[in-house]
Amino acid sequence: MIGSNLVFNIEEVVAIILFGIGFTTLLLHRNLIKKIIGLNIMDTAVYFFLASMGYVDGRVAPIVTNGVLDAQVYINPIPSGLVLTGIVVSVSVTAMMLSLTIRLYKRYHTLNLDEIYMYAVKQDR
Amino acid sequence: MQKISKKERFEAWINGEIPSAEEQLLNESGRHVYQSTSTVQAKRRHKNPRDYQNAFEIKAFQKVYNVLSVVFCLALIASLLITVSYLPRVGGTDNPGNNEVAERYIEKGLEETGAVNIVAGMILDYRAFDTFGESCVLFCAVCSVFILLKVSDRETAKENDRIHEPKNDVILQQIARIIVPLGLIFGIYVVLNGHLSAGGGFSGGAIMGAVLVLYLLAFGFEKTERFFNEKVFRVITCSALSFYCLAKSYSFFTGANHLESIISTGTPGAIISAGLILPLNICVGLVVACTMYAFYTMFRKGGM
Repeated sequence: MIGSNLVFNIEEVVAIILFGIGFTTLLLHRNLIKKIIGLNIMDTAVYFFLASMGYVDGRVAPIVTNGVLDAQVYINPIPSGLVLTGIVVSVSVTAMMLSLTIRLYKRYHTLNLDEIYMYAVKQDR
Repeated sequence: MQKISKKERFEAWINGEIPSAEEQLLNESGRHVYQSTSTVQAKRRHKNPRDYQNAFEIKAFQKVYNVLSVVFCLALIASLLITVSYLPRVGGTDNPGNNEVAERYIEKGLEETGAVNIVAGMILDYRAFDTFGESCVLFCAVCSVFILLKVSDRETAKENDRIHEPKNDVILQQIARIIVPLGLIFGIYVVLNGHLSAGGGFSGGAIMGAVLVLYLLAFGFEKTERFFNEKVFRVITCSALSFYCLAKSYSFFTGANHLESIISTGTPGAIISAGLILPLNICVGLVVACTMYAFYTMFRKGGM
């Protein structure tokens, strides 16, 4: 059932475990700030996964040195660019979520999601 | 409050008959009543879940929920790990990701874009539209944070600032005097060398933004408002974004119509080379630095 490459893909295994830790944080904690932290851990895991996809053994970063223009010398530059996009989007989303959390805290004076829901139901009745 | 249906509530809200959360906190004189969290929490009847009537059910539900979510996460990790075990080995030369696209970027990138850093050439020349979208995402995030957190009243903003931050920390100020100039120079170096070495607009801009935040932390808003306020932020961000848009429109127009572009790629390795990549890096760096600073000021006191 388990394929042959689990031990060799150690970077991707670590990324998956990190993703799981982030997802568990997201589900288990009632505190909104901790949920956002969990989402950020998941983001980091995705970057790690993408970056490890672009790596090639024994090659160097794609910055031309000594005028060598051979594709066999440099690693894949495309995942690096994609990770950059992901980081920017995750910063924006985190800022957006944190500001929404601040608004919720100002309204209900608590960060606990259950309590917020309870007071929201009570006040809107 | 009498019971009304959701539709009636919505209509009343549209017509402005239901006061918003902020208006409920205003008293007769029209000023905000600052309610601290401790007073609000002291007024609340229930302090912890044990005080509720159905405490046992809540506790049981939470236990079941915790166990189920851990089981679900473990199942997710296991299924993803099985998938990983079938993926090609990390670092292999024949992985499907290392195809002709990456080869083409590496072999022709220096010649066509003039950038020594192939990633910079890729994201600011071949895929410049993508990067423009990223800068716009940052701009939209700042706009939405402004909408959510902006305090219209300047006095309230000042009060907000005084609640949370200490003033005139001597150790912090002395260290900031050393670090701020060095960090600013390093950030500018990273931005200007984006096409020659590792770095670029995003990382350099983040460094500059962090340095600005450190300066603000050490010296307070009186010092930073002399050179950076909301108007400066607006001018820098909007002009950087529109310059990016116009410059890239020109290069796409000439490229698509096979016209001669007046922008040459220059000699690779020189600081003024690589055509539009250097000015675009500067634009992105400015947008990112302003964005980081704006996030911080909005979170700290709800205004710039």
